[in-house]
Amino acid sequence: MREVNIPISDEVVRSLKVGDSVALSGVMVTGRDTAHKWLADTFIKKTRPPQGDDLPTFDALKGFLSGGVIYHCGPVVSGLDTKDYKFVAAGPTTSIREEPYQGDVMRLLNVKGVIGKGGMGLKTLQACQEVPGMYLHAIGGAASWIAQTVTRVIGVYKLDFGVPEAMWVIEVKDFPVVVTMDSHGGSLHVEVEQKSKSVLDELLARG
Amino acid sequence: MQDLTEHIIELIRLASTNLPPDVEAALRKAVEQEEPGSAARGALETILKNVELSRSKSTPICQDTGTPIFYVHHPEGWSTRRLREQIVAAVIAATKRSYLRPNSVNTLTEKNTGTNIGDEHFPVVHFDEIEGDTLMMELMLKGGGCENVGAQYSLPNNELGAGRDLAGVRKAVLDAVYKAQGQGCAPGILGVAIGGDRGSGYTASKEVLYRKLDDVNPDPKLAEMENRLTKESNEMGIGPMGFGGKTTVVGAKIVGLHRLPASYFVTVSYMCWAYRRRKMTVKGDEVNYE
Repeated sequence: MREVNIPISDEVVRSLKVGDSVALSGVMVTGRDTAHKWLADTFIKKTRPPQGDDLPTFDALKGFLSGGVIYHCGPVVSGLDTKDYKFVAAGPTTSIREEPYQGDVMRLLNVKGVIGKGGMGLKTLQACQEVPGMYLHAIGGAASWIAQTVTRVIGVYKLDFGVPEAMWVIEVKDFPVVVTMDSHGGSLHVEVEQKSKSVLDELLARG
Repeated sequence: MQDLTEHIIELIRLASTNLPPDVEAALRKAVEQEEPGSAARGALETILKNVELSRSKSTPICQDTGTPIFYVHHPEGWSTRRLREQIVAAVIAATKRSYLRPNSVNTLTEKNTGTNIGDEHFPVVHFDEIEGDTLMMELMLKGGGCENVGAQYSLPNNELGAGRDLAGVRKAVLDAVYKAQGQGCAPGILGVAIGGDRGSGYTASKEVLYRKLDDVNPDPKLAEMENRLTKESNEMGIGPMGFGGKTTVVGAKIVGLHRLPASYFVTVSYMCWAYRRRKMTVKGDEVNYE
């Protein structure tokens, strides 16, 4: 298990390969479907003008995400009434839904690590090579276990997106992940997909 | 009529935080089959630690506490209108207590209601009247990741070479498992409905997931197919979380429905390893959970 601190340097990113287990510590930001669409529409494709708190939110996010990590997660959070927020359950959500946006978001904000589950596609793999960055696989469903590694909720942006879709800024200690897409073009997901396809073809031919 | 609200809150707490024993046993068996030191084994070990932690702390096993799907089998004399009100009140309370994540989003306004209550389809509640004097309420929490990889096939399917028979059903289901890869939080459990229309097929493919993992289908042909689908899905080597490995699914359950002469649907509901289902029975003042 390799220990890695956030922000992550290019050197560390390049040294990590598919299959490496990593314990992450530092500050990361959650962001999933609504957050990615908001970033893409407002700051990349610019199909909607910034409004409300969009600009100050974007500036704050830049600070956290440059060299940082975005986590595909819609947590269960307690203390919503008192704003004394605590992460109760916080496993990863399926990442492939962010495939249309992720590579561009990584480039826009210099994101070094994307945490989620299920893996991502070729656009994101390309961005991992360029930025450079990597895709880090957390264990889907291990929500109580992962929530224990969240030592502090620093703040929340866009809570009007709803609790799962809001961008939560959290501090973590020894958050466990596996590198499944690296900055050298390696992807465990491509490997497993290809192997399983050849077995499927055999099974279908068997009648 | 009795007020079951507090008991329903307990049913929700159990379902969200305490994985059923048959599912946990299957995962404990699976971990032994994976290579020591592999990512697949590491994933299953973390999953099991998470299961124990969630149980001891009464926190959700998975943060996606899913669509709450209730089946209420009630004796004559119960008001389904009042039972629904009690279920709604219990869901709101369980959300406040962080047993459930607020999961109900208005698709047109994009607003999350914050309470897990939406329209007449959220939460999902089915009622049926039964004989006897014991009310039984079943609850399943089905997360979005696994729901998204569910699939429906209309046979014949030329691309798969799948005809309108059990051999064709097998091909459709294997294709669904391949397409799901690790996205549905493998190792999964397959709920399969053969026949019906598009709507009843999906409903039945979830109902069949209320069966225990270790039970045996009374129809010997379906029992054999359930075992074969489990074995062949695992041959694909997708493994826990799609990391590669021996355990891709830990079980398959099949039900056959009547169909129109023109239609032959195969519907697959993929259930993630966080297979959260619990049952409550109420007989007079006596309330039991399993």
